[in-house]
Amino acid sequence: MDTINIKIDNKNFQVPKGATILDAAKSVGINIPTLCYLNLHDLNTINKPAGCRICVVEVKGRKNLVPACATECVAGMEILNQTVRVLNSRKTVLELILSDHPTDCLICTKNGHCDLQSMAMNLGIREIHYKGEQSHYIKDTSPAIIRDMDKCIVCRRCVTMCNDVQTVGALSAINRGFMSVVAPAFEMNLEDSPCTYCGQCVAVCPTAALTEVDHTNKVIRELANPKKTVVVQTAPAVRAALGEEFGYEPGTLVTGKMAAALRDLGFDYVFDTDFAADLTIMEESAELLDRITRHLNGDETVKLPMLTSCCPGWVNFFEQHFPEMKDIPSTARSPQQMFGSIAKTYFADKLGIKREDMVVVSIMPCLAKKYESQREEFATNGNPDVDYSLTTRELARLIKQANIDFDSIEPQDFDHPMGESSGAGVIFGTTGGVIEAAVRTAYEVFTKEKLHKVEFQQLRGMDWIRETTIDFNGTPIRIGIAHGLGNARKLLEEIRDGKSHYHAIEIMACPGGCIGGGGQPFHHGDTNILLARQKALYAADKAKVIRKSHENPAIQKLYREFLGSPMSKKAHELLHTQYFDKSNQVEITKD
Amino acid sequence: MDTKYRMHLLVCGGTGCIASKSSQLIQLLKEELEANGLEKEVQVISTGCFGFCEKGPIVKVLPDNTFYTQLKPEDAKEIVAEHVIKGRYIERLLYVNPETQEIIRDAKNMGFYRKQMRIALRNCGFINPENIDEYIARNGYSAIAKCLTEMTPSEVIDEVKKSGMRGRGGGGFPTGLKWEITSKSISDQKYVVCNADEGDPGAFMDRSVLEGDPHSVIEAMAICGYCIGANKGIVYIRAEYPLAIKRLKIALQQAKEYGLLGENIFGTDFEFTIDIKYGAGAFVCGEETALIHSMEGLRGEPTIKPPFPSVSGYLTQPTNVNNVETFASIPVIILKGSEWFASIGTEYSKGTKVFALAGKINNVGLIEVPMGTTLREVIFEIGGGIKDGKKFKAVQTGGPSGGCLTEKHLDLPIDFDSLTAAGSMMGSGGMIVMDEDDCMVAMAKFYLEFTVEESCGKCAPCRIGNKRLHEMLTKLCEANGVEEDLDLLRNLSVVVKDTSLCGLGQTSPNPILSTMENFYEEYHAHVFDHKCPSGQCQSFRRYYIDAEHCIGCMVCARNCPTNAITGVKKQVHIINQLICIKCGVCMEKCKFDSIYLN
Amino acid sequence: MSKIKSLDDLRKIKAIVEEKMKLRENSANSEIHVQVKVAMATCGIASGAKTVMEFMIEELEKRNITALVIQTGCMGYCFAEPTIEVTMPGKDPIVFGYVDTSKADQIIEKYIKRGELVDGIIPKNYESI
Repeated sequence: MDTINIKIDNKNFQVPKGATILDAAKSVGINIPTLCYLNLHDLNTINKPAGCRICVVEVKGRKNLVPACATECVAGMEILNQTVRVLNSRKTVLELILSDHPTDCLICTKNGHCDLQSMAMNLGIREIHYKGEQSHYIKDTSPAIIRDMDKCIVCRRCVTMCNDVQTVGALSAINRGFMSVVAPAFEMNLEDSPCTYCGQCVAVCPTAALTEVDHTNKVIRELANPKKTVVVQTAPAVRAALGEEFGYEPGTLVTGKMAAALRDLGFDYVFDTDFAADLTIMEESAELLDRITRHLNGDETVKLPMLTSCCPGWVNFFEQHFPEMKDIPSTARSPQQMFGSIAKTYFADKLGIKREDMVVVSIMPCLAKKYESQREEFATNGNPDVDYSLTTRELARLIKQANIDFDSIEPQDFDHPMGESSGAGVIFGTTGGVIEAAVRTAYEVFTKEKLHKVEFQQLRGMDWIRETTIDFNGTPIRIGIAHGLGNARKLLEEIRDGKSHYHAIEIMACPGGCIGGGGQPFHHGDTNILLARQKALYAADKAKVIRKSHENPAIQKLYREFLGSPMSKKAHELLHTQYFDKSNQVEITKD
Repeated sequence: MDTKYRMHLLVCGGTGCIASKSSQLIQLLKEELEANGLEKEVQVISTGCFGFCEKGPIVKVLPDNTFYTQLKPEDAKEIVAEHVIKGRYIERLLYVNPETQEIIRDAKNMGFYRKQMRIALRNCGFINPENIDEYIARNGYSAIAKCLTEMTPSEVIDEVKKSGMRGRGGGGFPTGLKWEITSKSISDQKYVVCNADEGDPGAFMDRSVLEGDPHSVIEAMAICGYCIGANKGIVYIRAEYPLAIKRLKIALQQAKEYGLLGENIFGTDFEFTIDIKYGAGAFVCGEETALIHSMEGLRGEPTIKPPFPSVSGYLTQPTNVNNVETFASIPVIILKGSEWFASIGTEYSKGTKVFALAGKINNVGLIEVPMGTTLREVIFEIGGGIKDGKKFKAVQTGGPSGGCLTEKHLDLPIDFDSLTAAGSMMGSGGMIVMDEDDCMVAMAKFYLEFTVEESCGKCAPCRIGNKRLHEMLTKLCEANGVEEDLDLLRNLSVVVKDTSLCGLGQTSPNPILSTMENFYEEYHAHVFDHKCPSGQCQSFRRYYIDAEHCIGCMVCARNCPTNAITGVKKQVHIINQLICIKCGVCMEKCKFDSIYLN
Repeated sequence: MSKIKSLDDLRKIKAIVEEKMKLRENSANSEIHVQVKVAMATCGIASGAKTVMEFMIEELEKRNITALVIQTGCMGYCFAEPTIEVTMPGKDPIVFGYVDTSKADQIIEKYIKRGELVDGIIPKNYESI
């Protein structure tokens, strides 16, 4: 690697050529504070509008201070990071930002998780000298996301995620000067915009300008209602991240503690979405094999590749942006919805209660799940299959509010029967996991042979788009994987243009899959956290005795007792769905 | 066809004069001439701006150079009957020197024109901008012909470099060097962009050039394209300039018809076309990177440089952005040579500069003077001094981002470096003159109001800092200032300048810093003496009723819009200062002069 | 409009238009050119000033003399109309009276071309503005 010599605060350093001042300083252990800057290293995503001006440094020979995040080092550059001029500027600029920001930190959702708050602490702000008019906007509440633009500091992180990474185009900076704000076009409500509720904007928002719709109080009320049987399901990615909220290292699996805490909170049955993930695999792989077999038999009407459909942000995306392709994804419902549907039929029957007396709560790493649970097609007589979808963060809040000592709580198991799962179910939480789980089952069903090596390394990793061919005993099955909606768009466009050569494609809206979901504990730009969560899920898989969905005895029993076989009439009714053309939502903003 | 006119009537057809009905005037002049059978002897020509906007519409009669000002359409009859037919000058329509009351007939004897030297404006007010032939007659398109047939691109660049030409848009970056850098960027597609997004309040040099001499810009863009290896040019112009757009379009069409744009220009293999892109009139889009983003259909906001547009500009291709006035000077440099151009001006600022004179000055208008001309010459000789015989106080150069210069700077030779050294800047050439009645704090507030409005909102110091600066100045002007505000104002001004992303925020506090430097006593007075020395800030006014003169007629009380005046009939009235909004109606209405101002 | 394909094409157009615009160019540099003022008030017009003016314009051009022929109002020499005032560059103006076309011809040939005085000079008794 080429290096150049520079000086920082009068000390000589050798730094990589082409590095920004920020990266160069970091490489030699010098910290320069940043606020709007966001670098998701492992995801090749960077937001550096150089807008907040917190990272300014002095460069000898330059008239003005320069932003370290966006200024490249040149040989011989002399950088000053500690001068009174620099420190005063940073403080003054931060005071300016704070002067247009509510100071209700004590009661703010982001209290303790707010980048702006930590910056104020680190820079030792004790007084805001510059007071004046503050921006006020009407709070915009959608089914999943709340926009409180009074708290927006126009860092543009959400804009980068929404446009560059996700290519959804729901959020952009509008208006000028002091009136600048991030909003959907024409300041329409998020609900009317092309927003997919993927929640990546929320995941990167440094303040509480973008937050999730909080259902914790409603759940508490349900738990307190003696007439209701409250059932909870927890998504695979939650167990690998919840611990972070209680000070555990990223990547610590807290499955047992989580189950115990849920029981302490008063849930009557603590189940696992992993169970439903196994069920999803049963249906989805059956559908895939059906399509492939028909295709191999020369049926030209069959749609290939088949796309996965368990990610609700992704479902929203193709309904809005690619409605003409809505018959390509699998019709299998997502695990959350399969769970709700089975809980309120099969399990309610077992308990002998009416569906109205059962409340299904899901704990999800996701914001789009909130919207998904509210879709009309997932309700019977107005009673939703899933009543409340909480995020990992909301669960942490519930646990804290209930004074449960997460640290000392003894791990417990999930309840039967819907708490039993295979290793295939648990890897649903990472990019590549769903398709790996599907392959494990599809292979054995298709080839009628035992799969000896269940781990497919070629499907794992963090690259945006991955592809591989798996030999189904003589039949090559080509598989694609994309995470991040922008990458999904690329694959979709290939399909639309007739250039796609895949049989099956797994798509996850969020970078990294559910481990990087919009409802997870905040990663504050540290992508190592995502890698650690991913690793934890694969470890959880490895630790399981049963690692294939079709070998899950509870699933086998469910088919035996209730559903018959995958793709049966009953399965169709309860476990499959259809998609809608929602392109008008995009059209409005295109005009 | 070969009509030989013995007399030409040049009528200003700039935006300002058209607004004062010069189009009707032209129409009526033509009708009158025809009625008298003179249409073959006398030609009426609609030209670009004469610069003397204060007194428009203007008709200049040639060959005698008689200069008629402030005409109305109905004056057409008299001009034809008296001047054209009988050769009599119409005295009431001639220019009167406001200081000496002397009547001046010949434009050449007017102070306004005497000190000027017109390079960029050479054809404005002289040719019909909608007629390419008239431009050609004035050596138009000879420069591009010379470049294409006699010079290599690097020779042309050298010539421009040697001329010492610096960008007239504000930055003052050496034009030849910019061309050279762009020429060295390697790419299949490069662009020449003309920045016609003139945004300073009161500035209209770019508009006038495009309205009065669009071909000079077209020719220069083609020359630039030849030099840097670009075959596409784009004029980024604000949509609020309909006349400039119209004339530019006509000019482009004519140039295309003559084959001066398109393929194989002058029989060479050089190809060049020009498109127009419209801006919505955002000040920040005058900044190169913001301009480029706007052209790309993105939000008009700047990005950090480097990369400079010369390396990665429009659609990430190498792009050379120059301002209208810069381009307009280029053909002359090519034809008359760099030495000639470099002989004009000062050591590091060569040639001439166009300024828009505005404010409390007699001759409001557009002027072009050699670099190095002093402020005194500009304000008192060309500008004709201060209106109504008031005292000169300050001049704001460089538009809202410039600074304010005072009496002590009057003999400063104007150039890029001297203005910067004095705490202001050249900018695009706005010059607003203030007299003794102007409050410097209010002036700074006025400019900040503009920058607050025009900030793109991308970076925090500009977005919020300018707002806070404006709020603090408002506080001072509204008589609510406290001692601490002055320190805060200065600190924030320095930080906003130091930390903002682009030129807008890096200069927006200049009006504050320069007035604090030069007129600190006024700031001091607003805070400590609780008064506005110039009397401009209304909030400091106190109206009182003189008990000795008040007869209790109640007229003031009845007229007070806020019921701030109380009193019983035939007894002395009192103004409640807390309710009074200092509108002055009471003083106006009082028949006994018994209301006075502190 | 025919295309301009070479420098020559450009020069041709330039030459034609330049001719038409000469009046403007010359006016802009009036101090270096001969100026001929023709008194064109009622008395002047009545005694044939217009003919003289037209003669001057045409003949000066024919004889390749760059000059500005300017009409002016009454110069106050009604007795001697038509009158013209000739100003050679850098010199004081001289007024000639009783000018007809043959006198005008003399003025061009003798005074303007060679600087020789011609009969009929009237002492100047006014200030022109």
